[in-house]
Amino acid sequence: MSFLRLTHLEKTFGQNRVVKDFSLDVAKGEFISLLGPSGCGKTTVLRMVAGFETPTSGGITIDGQEVTGLKPNSRNIGMMFQAYALFPNLTVGENVAFGLKVKGVPRAARNARVAEMLKLIGLSDLIGRYPFQLSGGQQQRVALARALAPSPRVLLLDEPLSALDAKVRVSLRNEIRAIQKDLGITTIFVTHDQEEAMSISDRIVVMNAGIADQVGSPFEIYNRPTTKFVANFVGTLNTFDAKVADGRQLVIAGQTLNLPMGTALPPKGSAMAIALRPEALRLGRSEGYEAVMPATVEEVQFMGSVIRLRADVAGSKVSLDTFNRADHPPPAIGERVEISISGKDVIVLNA
Amino acid sequence: MMKSPKFWSWIAFGGGLFYFFVPLIGMFEFSLRAKRGEYSFLAYQNVLGDPQFQQTFFFSFVMAMFTIVWGVLLVTPTAFWVRLKLPQLRPVIEFITLLPLVIPPIVIVFGYIRMYNTSSFLPLTGSAMGTNILLMFGYSVLALPYLYRAVDTGLRTIDIVTLTEAAQSLGAGWITIMFRLILPNVLVAVLSGAFLTFAIVIGEYVFAALLNRPAFGPYMVWMGSNKAYEPAALAVIAFAITWACMGLIQLFTRLSKHERAKA
Amino acid sequence: MTDAAAIRPQDRATTPRPRRLPQGLLKWVGVAPFLIFAALFLILPTLNIVVGAFQTPDGGFTLANIAGLFRPEIARPFWISIQLSFVTATLGCLIGIILAAAVTRGGLPKGLRDGMLTFSGVASNFAGVPLAFAFIATLGRLGLVTVIAKEVFGVSLMGLGFNLISFLGLTLTYLYFQIPLMILIITPALDGLKREWREAAESLGATGSQYWRMVALPILWPSLLGTLALLFANSFGAVATAMALTGSSLSIVPIILFAQIRGDVLQDPYLGYAIAFGMIVITGIANVIYIVLRTRAERWLK
Repeated sequence: MSFLRLTHLEKTFGQNRVVKDFSLDVAKGEFISLLGPSGCGKTTVLRMVAGFETPTSGGITIDGQEVTGLKPNSRNIGMMFQAYALFPNLTVGENVAFGLKVKGVPRAARNARVAEMLKLIGLSDLIGRYPFQLSGGQQQRVALARALAPSPRVLLLDEPLSALDAKVRVSLRNEIRAIQKDLGITTIFVTHDQEEAMSISDRIVVMNAGIADQVGSPFEIYNRPTTKFVANFVGTLNTFDAKVADGRQLVIAGQTLNLPMGTALPPKGSAMAIALRPEALRLGRSEGYEAVMPATVEEVQFMGSVIRLRADVAGSKVSLDTFNRADHPPPAIGERVEISISGKDVIVLNA
Repeated sequence: MMKSPKFWSWIAFGGGLFYFFVPLIGMFEFSLRAKRGEYSFLAYQNVLGDPQFQQTFFFSFVMAMFTIVWGVLLVTPTAFWVRLKLPQLRPVIEFITLLPLVIPPIVIVFGYIRMYNTSSFLPLTGSAMGTNILLMFGYSVLALPYLYRAVDTGLRTIDIVTLTEAAQSLGAGWITIMFRLILPNVLVAVLSGAFLTFAIVIGEYVFAALLNRPAFGPYMVWMGSNKAYEPAALAVIAFAITWACMGLIQLFTRLSKHERAKA
Repeated sequence: MTDAAAIRPQDRATTPRPRRLPQGLLKWVGVAPFLIFAALFLILPTLNIVVGAFQTPDGGFTLANIAGLFRPEIARPFWISIQLSFVTATLGCLIGIILAAAVTRGGLPKGLRDGMLTFSGVASNFAGVPLAFAFIATLGRLGLVTVIAKEVFGVSLMGLGFNLISFLGLTLTYLYFQIPLMILIITPALDGLKREWREAAESLGATGSQYWRMVALPILWPSLLGTLALLFANSFGAVATAMALTGSSLSIVPIILFAQIRGDVLQDPYLGYAIAFGMIVITGIANVIYIVLRTRAERWLK
């Protein structure tokens, strides 16, 4: 049973179709991310849900109510913007109370709700401050409290973390997710940062040129990308040229890989591209890793718990992630090593 | 049914258009009425051929030029120096430059007449040349808010501290820095201020009238009380001059933006 | 060890100082010309008038000049001037912001905005004598509008009681430079209103007028007040327009003072200083009110 339903949304600016046939069903309490590069139409979808843009065609319903023709101020939706969206002339408390005030909620009830909201974001003692006296992270938390105070049906987040520095970003996104789960509020989150989308969402919609390329859980999106765009946009990818052999077998650099059951393959003898995540490549030989290829190490990036190697395999560059082990230093640059791969990790890319 | 904001915007704009254009049309139409029964440029011929017009306009033109030179020479080094060495003095200087917007000009010129009369320590009003200099100083005071703001804004866009230090490390002296580095960089800002100053000085009345100098402003008032159609022609000419000044400001601003984009 | 660490940065800060010391005085030389000029041709002349307002002809102190300001023939022009300045400043602000909002926020074509800003630059400087001529040519006895009203619509403006040489006429004329000045000042302020503020307000359920009342106007308030004070002073000190429009038949303060300086009307020069002093006091009060209101309205600014 979907709570927020977008059906065949289209948006055209002049000659430019920025959103094409976009449909999505969001369950109540679900956290959905719209992920994609800038200009992919993700913000436009969000702004259509908010009511700031009118769809060229298609419809939006919230909790069974058709809202497509409704003005933004009668949709009962909470929204958080990139940055600087707090009203600078109002204190933290007045900002949070704004939505209640315009609704005509009496003062006592208003004050109670403001106190409750500020407690939720942990900024109760800043109630009298003006926005310029707050850090970026505090401002965005207040913006969240302001959006949530009138108990909206849907929460829309338009890249709310992109203007913050890395550390605040991570802590605030965890906080947003915790509050969202706590309140059980249906949420749409727009971002171009795949790590952010992966860590926070129930489901992700990867968008490309106005089209929803793939909808799925972070696990599905990362491990079973259905299009080349999704595979490339989410995470790092190594691609190999392969040839289809008998049955579910592929030949890659003269070695045979067995693919899992149910993988659709082109006819025997045709050439195709396959992809592997860096962590699917093993350094050295390993049991169950049927193909072994010689490689030359070209670059070693020590990243803490993970070490990323860049190596040359028969003229093409691959990335390989391996866990750090205190008793086992990484190979040196220029060292000749063996890299092994397994058919079960192969991602077959459609077009 | 409420009309859209766009509808009301057009209404407001239309109202503004009416209010601002009718007097311009009225002025122009009136200036053409000098010959009975037909439109003609007779009033313009009368005005332009009047030796008084030529003399007073020339006087005000020269005054404007001197005011601009004096104003720029006074304001640019000050704004530069304050930004470079005395940033704590900026509020004070800014306050002073805004004073001419608060103190009515007629009060200032009244003060001049009292302070620089023939029996004072600096009897500027004793001679024609002295009075002209006093008038020029008065005009610089009137132009101060605009000129200083223009130059200061121009300086804000360049990093003068770094530029100056770079020039000094290459061995440049203060005069070189001022004329080779600062002035060229704020030239557009200075020119904007200069044209605005020109527009102010050309039509100024109170200072010239009370200091008894034969300037364009008092001439216009004299025409106003003695002629019927010529004043309208004068107004059209003055309006055209104001347009030209503002147009030149826009032109220079645009050209400089263009050049910066190319560079 | 902590001591050494504490001293070192200080060391670095103090070493250049001895070299700069002679420059400490020297750097004031750079602003000396400006300060001397401002003192001689702006501040001292004004102070001179202020002092004169409290002096007897032989140099003694008196309040008689100031008391003279309250004589009806002086107090009345002051009152008219204050009203005129207040009305034109308020109307200028109001109409100016409506026009600026229409062009920046009202969804009109972008070309109109540039056109209006350029025109405002011209019109705000098209004050003084020529402006008066333009209005005489339009609304005067033989002016275009007067003639059209009579010949086309059969309405006599004079018959309706309209007279260009009146409070209403002056107001109409002054607005011609007041409104554009407001547009020039307020347009950047309107541009400073962020789209997110409006959208945040809307998504929180606010109507357009609630947004203006609770967010936009309070944010614009300091600029509005500043412009109001500026427009007030602008109109209060305007001599040339009134002079060319009315001759000297309308009693407003600048015209009275002008006549006084010319020595035409009043015999007592010291009353002139008092009038000038009164003008400074009133524009001064306008600005003090502005500064006080502004500091109160700007609590939320840095």
